[in-house]
Amino acid sequence: MSFEVLDPGMLTQVQDMGRLGYQHIGVTTGGPMDEHAFLWANRLLNNPLNAPQLEITFGRLSLLAHSDTSIALTGADLGARLNERPIAPWQTYEIKQGDRLSFSMPVVGLRAYLAVSGGLDVPARLGSAATVSREQLGGLDGTGAKLAKGDRIPLAPPSAVAKASVPYSEIPDYRKPLRVGVIPGYQYRHFPRSARARFFTSEYQVSQNIDRMGYRLSGEAIHGDLDGIISEGIAYGSIQIPTDGQPIVLMKDRQTIGGYPKIGSLSALGAGQLAQRAPGASVSFYLTDVAEAEARRMIFNHRLRQGAPGTTG
Amino acid sequence: MRIEGINESTCIVYFGDTICDETAGLVKQATDNIRSALSDVITDLVPSYTSVMVCYDLERIDRFGIHTRLRQALEGGAEKAQDDAAAQTLELPVYYGPEVALDLKDVCEFSGLSTDEVIRIHSEQTYRVYAIGFSPGFAFLGSTDQRIAMPRKSTPRLKVPVGSVGIAGSQTAIYPSATPGGWQIVGRTPSKMVDWDSESLALAQIGDRIKFRSIDREEFISLGGQFDEL
Repeated sequence: MSFEVLDPGMLTQVQDMGRLGYQHIGVTTGGPMDEHAFLWANRLLNNPLNAPQLEITFGRLSLLAHSDTSIALTGADLGARLNERPIAPWQTYEIKQGDRLSFSMPVVGLRAYLAVSGGLDVPARLGSAATVSREQLGGLDGTGAKLAKGDRIPLAPPSAVAKASVPYSEIPDYRKPLRVGVIPGYQYRHFPRSARARFFTSEYQVSQNIDRMGYRLSGEAIHGDLDGIISEGIAYGSIQIPTDGQPIVLMKDRQTIGGYPKIGSLSALGAGQLAQRAPGASVSFYLTDVAEAEARRMIFNHRLRQGAPGTTG
Repeated sequence: MRIEGINESTCIVYFGDTICDETAGLVKQATDNIRSALSDVITDLVPSYTSVMVCYDLERIDRFGIHTRLRQALEGGAEKAQDDAAAQTLELPVYYGPEVALDLKDVCEFSGLSTDEVIRIHSEQTYRVYAIGFSPGFAFLGSTDQRIAMPRKSTPRLKVPVGSVGIAGSQTAIYPSATPGGWQIVGRTPSKMVDWDSESLALAQIGDRIKFRSIDREEFISLGGQFDEL
């Protein structure tokens, strides 16, 4: 049971929820750039929530199915087609042997998630299948390679899956200018009141420099009273302010420790929404706190568990 | 000790504001204490020079719970930190020969010392592992003798060979894998700093002490040392 890679596209990687428990020896977590979309894809198929999937960035992936299974597609609309018929994200589809699944270009969002019933059957390295190319860990063979033409992606045996879709209220609109909460923390108090005011009232643009390590934004420069700090742990979603004053949001493949001052952090769900924005998109920030981020995540987890009309199980 | 929330599943505990042996001891002790007392709720621990970042599972504990349990685990830990029994001392063989010590000449020129003096000064001291990061298993060691403290290169190398031992200011470190890097390379160890198939994974842990032992070319080769270049 497998999918054959006819064209690997711009960047397609195997991801699960990440490599946890090894950051103390410098191994980053990896994991899906958009947890919201990733988790719903597994949920639609009643998979374990950590089951490995494909994260498809930008598109141009083309796959040939060598067996029957069910898939769920979530996240960005990358112009997916099943045997030349356009298919929309946020729902499940049946796949027959010989079917072709292909993606063209981003229509809405940047990263699509493709889950298969039972998950991809790939080896775990240090407890995870998450691909981190820089660290040569994870992926199809455990060495961090991205998908290549001719690869066979092994699939777990499928279960019977009812047709399901994500409730409309849980589908984000990635076209909207992103307004995202920042939890003050780390070196927040070392940014003068005027710098904080500028940060929270400015509009930033997603720059060309975005990857799985970090999102560089451009806009009003922010300056604190520290040039550097003693290196410390970097949380997913934390916002570094380097000397040029342009914020960098640290993403899933970030280094484990670093020495730039940080004004605070996004929640994981907030960072996931940023990960769906392409260069040129608008981002603004509002002040929030840990309590609100915690409450929002607990509500998300609850809805994911409960499902909703249209989802199974 | 100060605990601060970072996001819905992460907080950080600060133990001081300066890099020193005492704070490193506190960090080491706290890391061990948290690991043993909170293993049911933590997903990751990221110790560094003066802090420990704690990642926890929000499905198992919330921000109030984690703060309370961290305080419980860490109170009283401060006195015990002095004995520092958990830390090990590692001796690492280093070949300081010209084929592998890519910047030793520059360090000599910068410091005004001879090759032998730089090697002696670098290898006679015991260093402490202050932090691990940058790349898997990359251990930041301090502090080097001021006489050989040389700033990092203005243009980093695109690829530093595996096992390279470098100096950057008052820090020294070993490159566990071939990565870009700007440290001044003074030698190479044949020891494997990370081994994903071993049980310990990384040879050095935070808080450990490391001593370099100068070896000759013959011993470097017999220990499996490689001369692969850029």
